[in-house]
Amino acid sequence: MTAQLAVFFVLAGLAAIGAVSLILQKHPIHSALSLIVVMIALAGLYLLLGAEFVAAVQIIVYGGAIMVLFVFVIMLLNAGIEEHTSISKMAGAPGLLLVVALAGFVAATIARSTESIQATSQTGELASTLGISNMLFKDFVYPFELTSFLILVAVLGATVLAQREKS
Amino acid sequence: MVPTNYYVILSAILFGLGVFAFIFKRNIITIFMSIELMLNAVNLAFVAFSQALGKLDGQVFVLFVIVVAAAEAAVGLGIIILIARNRQTLNVERVNLLKL
Amino acid sequence: MISFFLALVSANAELFITLAKILLLLFIVLTVNAYLTWFERKVVAHIQSRWGPHRVGPHGLLQPLADGLKFLFKEDPTPAGVDKFVYYLAPLLALALALTSIALIPFGPDPIRLFGRDIYLGITPPDLNIGILALFAVTALGVYGVALAGWSSNSKYPLLGGLRSSAQMISYELALTMSVVGVLLMAGSFNLKKIIEAQAHHPEWGLFGWNVWPQILGFFCFFIAAVAETNRVPFDLPEAESELVAGFHTEYSSFKFAMFFIAEYTSMITVSCLCSILFFGGWLSPFPAWWTYAHYLPSALLISFGLWVIWDGIRYETLFGRIVLPGVGTVITALGALFVLLPDVNEFIQAPFWLLSKIFVFLFVYVWMRGTLPRFRYDQLMAFGWKLLLPLSIMNVILTSFAILAKMQWWGAK
Repeated sequence: MTAQLAVFFVLAGLAAIGAVSLILQKHPIHSALSLIVVMIALAGLYLLLGAEFVAAVQIIVYGGAIMVLFVFVIMLLNAGIEEHTSISKMAGAPGLLLVVALAGFVAATIARSTESIQATSQTGELASTLGISNMLFKDFVYPFELTSFLILVAVLGATVLAQREKS
Repeated sequence: MVPTNYYVILSAILFGLGVFAFIFKRNIITIFMSIELMLNAVNLAFVAFSQALGKLDGQVFVLFVIVVAAAEAAVGLGIIILIARNRQTLNVERVNLLKL
Repeated sequence: MISFFLALVSANAELFITLAKILLLLFIVLTVNAYLTWFERKVVAHIQSRWGPHRVGPHGLLQPLADGLKFLFKEDPTPAGVDKFVYYLAPLLALALALTSIALIPFGPDPIRLFGRDIYLGITPPDLNIGILALFAVTALGVYGVALAGWSSNSKYPLLGGLRSSAQMISYELALTMSVVGVLLMAGSFNLKKIIEAQAHHPEWGLFGWNVWPQILGFFCFFIAAVAETNRVPFDLPEAESELVAGFHTEYSSFKFAMFFIAEYTSMITVSCLCSILFFGGWLSPFPAWWTYAHYLPSALLISFGLWVIWDGIRYETLFGRIVLPGVGTVITALGALFVLLPDVNEFIQAPFWLLSKIFVFLFVYVWMRGTLPRFRYDQLMAFGWKLLLPLSIMNVILTSFAILAKMQWWGAK
């Protein structure tokens, strides 16, 4: 097993454990922390794939801004432990079996279908920031301007939503 | 070299876990976080295929997905704060005024 | 047995070299932190017309040791009702992130050749393609240490302090990253080594080739935003003693508080490193390249400092000081003399010496600000960050882009 494969399994395991922990935790703050672990593990996987800029942006934007927003909202709203609902015990076990079967089927299909794609040997220059920015500002300039407009709309919307009622 | 389908299988697993959390959790914020998990899973598939095909389009698209997720998180959390203020609960089963 | 061990080590030499560098740098950073607290107390005291610590050891130099022992022996209570996992995680996270950012900084361009291998100064090789972006990633995650500490303490004042402090850190993080974009545009890369090399295009200009002259606006935005980011005076309202008890680390005591403390001082060191590398030429000498006598400056400084320590130590009041201080002074003088006598070593230490002295100057400026400036009120702080610093740093980016475009069009330079 090469070092790359070992690192992949460690990071993939970390991401999977984080995602499962997101589901199993009772307090939203612990779910948020698990999601941060997933994001950092994914950033590591992006580094393994040679996408350095995307990995850094993932940590800065997703891990350092979006998740901080989540953590702030959880703290401000004083979110507590989730209440207990009754999941139907009858549907639980067969449901789980069906989920595992479906997942296994999907995984097997993927494994068989993408065998033909050979990963090209990735050089560092291709995935460099220069290449991405060239593409971003030449081929994708229209979606880029649209996303800036989208962010403006989001900022305005959030400001309007967060206003208190004028009493 | 790690085969591409390993990454795609991991992406599918994460996406499935996100869907599971979306359906079965009752706290609005946790449901919102599962949406972020699904978006991340899709990002992983994009980057994996970008490396497999040797083109950078996948990574540029990942940047767009991250930006859209940021905008959506801002507005969505604003809505969540409003719901929490007006209904005094974070349990989606309690926000059922439109239920028959 | 020994040969097996040696074979194992030489097969994974990179790993062991990195591990050794990590341990060495950890030790150095923690010692520098400890003596930074001594330095701060002394300098602030002298600014306030009093002596700082001067009893514990000569000139109070053993004070950090006494403080460390105090932290170890203090009681470590856990308040009732805290979220145990997050309560223990927060200082750990803060310290780990602060120390990780030190690992990303290159301390010198040239490697040491040892046993046939190149050993670079600094844990990551200086050619990290996303050098500064990775540093910002680690800084961005640093907000969690503060926010989680404040929240998990299950108490009003820490929660308020934590929320305020993390809101402040997020606001100034934007201005921080935007103010660096000007430097990145000029250097054309995120790579810290290339940023320093871009400032060395005219070595005959000496210190006038540094980035601070064209990027003076960027430098001020960066420095102010960095001081706010590290929660230091004048932006330390969230942890001010007279305002919020102690802010987000109220409920932490003994070793956990020490971890926050070390994290804060380590991030101060990181910011000083970044200021020197991005704006002040990093490891470049301020003297023009043709003045070769400047190469003797490090040794001259070391020898004169060593002689002064000896002279001061001989007339010190306690016997312990009269023995230790001249000893330390002799070591420093010998080191300086060694650099004069061995020209290869002298050439090698030029780069790290200049970087370390610039870092020292910035740390002094940090401590100087602590001693002299009053602190901002919270709303003044937030208004300053959003309404002044962020537009200024964006304007800096626009001006720099126009300047580079003009240079490309009219002077034909690249």
